[in-house]
Amino acid sequence: MGRYVAAQSDGEFDVNVDARGLIVAPGFVDLHCHLREPGFEDKETIATGAMAAVSGGFTTICCMPNTLPTLDRGTDIEFVQNAGRRAGRARVIPLGTVTQNQAGLELSDMSEMADAGAIGFSDDGRPVWDARLMRFALELSRRHGRPVVDHCEDPRLAQGGVVNEGRISDLLGLKGQPTSAEEVMVARDIQLARLTGGRLHVAHLSTQGSVALLRAAKRDGLPITAEVTPHHLTMTEEWVLGSENDGARCLYDTRTKVNPPLRTEADRLSLVEALAEGLIDAIATDHAPHRSIDKDCTYNEAAFGISGFETALGSLMKLVESGQLTLPDLVRRLTSEPCRVFGLPYGTLAPGASGDVVIFDPGASWKVASARFFSRGKNTPLDGQTLRGQVRATLVQGNVVYDSTAAERP
Amino acid sequence: MAAEQPNPGPELAGAGLWKHRRSVLDLDDFTREEIEAALETADRMKAVLGRPVHKVPALNGRTMVNLFYEASTRTRISFELAAKSLGADVVNVAASGSSVEKGETLLDTVRTLHSLGADILVLRHADAGAPHLVARETGISVVNAGDGSHAHPTQALLDAYTMRERFGHVAGLKIVIVGDIAHSRVARSNAWGLTKLGAQVVFCGPPTMLPPSCFTAPGGSPWPVSAEESLDRAITNAHVVMPLRIQWERQDGSPISSLREYARDYGITNERLCRATPDVVVMHPGPMNEGVEISAEVAHGLRSLIADQVTNGVAVRMAVLYLLAASNAEEAHSDRNTRSHPALEVAHASSS
Repeated sequence: MGRYVAAQSDGEFDVNVDARGLIVAPGFVDLHCHLREPGFEDKETIATGAMAAVSGGFTTICCMPNTLPTLDRGTDIEFVQNAGRRAGRARVIPLGTVTQNQAGLELSDMSEMADAGAIGFSDDGRPVWDARLMRFALELSRRHGRPVVDHCEDPRLAQGGVVNEGRISDLLGLKGQPTSAEEVMVARDIQLARLTGGRLHVAHLSTQGSVALLRAAKRDGLPITAEVTPHHLTMTEEWVLGSENDGARCLYDTRTKVNPPLRTEADRLSLVEALAEGLIDAIATDHAPHRSIDKDCTYNEAAFGISGFETALGSLMKLVESGQLTLPDLVRRLTSEPCRVFGLPYGTLAPGASGDVVIFDPGASWKVASARFFSRGKNTPLDGQTLRGQVRATLVQGNVVYDSTAAERP
Repeated sequence: MAAEQPNPGPELAGAGLWKHRRSVLDLDDFTREEIEAALETADRMKAVLGRPVHKVPALNGRTMVNLFYEASTRTRISFELAAKSLGADVVNVAASGSSVEKGETLLDTVRTLHSLGADILVLRHADAGAPHLVARETGISVVNAGDGSHAHPTQALLDAYTMRERFGHVAGLKIVIVGDIAHSRVARSNAWGLTKLGAQVVFCGPPTMLPPSCFTAPGGSPWPVSAEESLDRAITNAHVVMPLRIQWERQDGSPISSLREYARDYGITNERLCRATPDVVVMHPGPMNEGVEISAEVAHGLRSLIADQVTNGVAVRMAVLYLLAASNAEEAHSDRNTRSHPALEVAHASSS
């Protein structure tokens, strides 16, 4: 029940989906998203996030523990799992914190959370700045076997920075985050992984220098993995100047405010290249929904984050169209590779595997209308743009959880 | 609508060049002609200010609101005097003592002021881009009176005006701006304004205070200026030297060793000025820290145009408000109509 069986041309089926002319792939697996519940239900709930996920083709989503309260112990993990099960859309798998309350002072109950089903540990948004604590966390990861996911950012170098440091930050008078703020932390974590033999996963890589560090670490055979977001693969700091859609540029477009910030074209190209060659293991959305008032303010005041589930495929198909990534590679980096990174038994259509399937039309054009997102977070700089590549149906364990022709949008 | 047109005097011209301008957010989108129109209009305004009764009714019946989220003496008063000299009604709103303290957002505060009848909003805010946000989201006519480290266009206009008054022209002048460039909205707006007028602009300061892109970004800084870490080299053959205050309120940890060393390396003194042209002048956007970026002798000496800057600020802001009001006259009128009370609209609809 709910398992994928070898293709057969006759017999009775529980579910029939007309997929003629469409791509049938394993459901996408997201290693990094924010579902905001508990604590920030006006930004997103586990139910709305899981619905948004399946409408974007994601059948398994791993959510970050920076909720209120933060996910620090076994019962917190169970709360999220139960809410995910009740929602009955994408499979929701939480990460736990590395330190209690993400405060960077005392380690969380990682062993208990691992037993409860936490797939990894992260103080996402707040890097583990204390190198000694990070060392302990990586040492403990040897025992529970789950990766420590670090948001690599030197808090002092990046302090107050809201965009990439460079021409755009200078032009707009905004404080920038230098690329080195990320790179010094990536370098530190690689050395700590080397020291401890622990399992390190680097979240949302964004710079050319980080790619070089990752390359050297992997060459040394260290058990390190890394992810990259659709926005860092497809957007640059120029987007902060706004699009020229209506003739007038929308300077200071707060919807582009994201952490790590959108970088330069050289950084973007190096990320695409690293993904294509498999150096970067997986694509992760870092879906970060926010309320409109969190973005209808000055760039400094605006919250970091882009609502990413529902535009991931459409924006990534640009890389396929431009020949920078093959379609099989794109699907791999959204399915089997993230599963390998977190040790998940999904992301495959092999007989016996869970019946998690996405059916999409790679050529279908559609206009992004964030007001009609399933996500409560309407915050995306892609709003109003035309994308190609649209999900038609999504199945989780053999059940249709999203059907573009039947779903009622908000 | 002839009765609604402002008429400060038959000699006024140049309003046509600002026909499509609804707000003044920075000088980056100004043409040289638009800047020159502002300076020429300021000449006429300065003449008005020299009259025994220094007031014209150009903005009679219009309301200008000064909305200041940051402390200011000269800029706020300068705008207020400028508006009053044009006959406008002026309302001053400070962030403290207003509904901002009750948690109201910037946009809601501005929408309220717009609904109350404000025609022109003069906004100062600690965050770069605040006036852009307000102009885009509310449609009110905005004059940026300083947004974070980003822009201060009327300061740049008054600086250009003061240089033009002294030298007869701005084109060809070498202007050295010294100090905390990275955090300076004055330096940024001057980089646009002065270079559009044909001047050569040099940013000078310690590496920790220069915008990072001056040295690191591919293609260099976004402005057509050069950067120089040595004050002596920068100041050579300069016509104008403009030291800036260190913006401690925007610093996060001190970018300099000590004020003593900063004054030694970058303080403008009479000795330092020997390398400049013989007719070099010194300007400062204020407030000054005498003995740090500028010596008291220079600040109050014969080369100082600092008092002229403040005086000219009123005439330049009169010019800006006048040109904006003239260009917005038609638009503002139609705005008013669309903002009429819903009850009136119903009555209007049923009678037709």
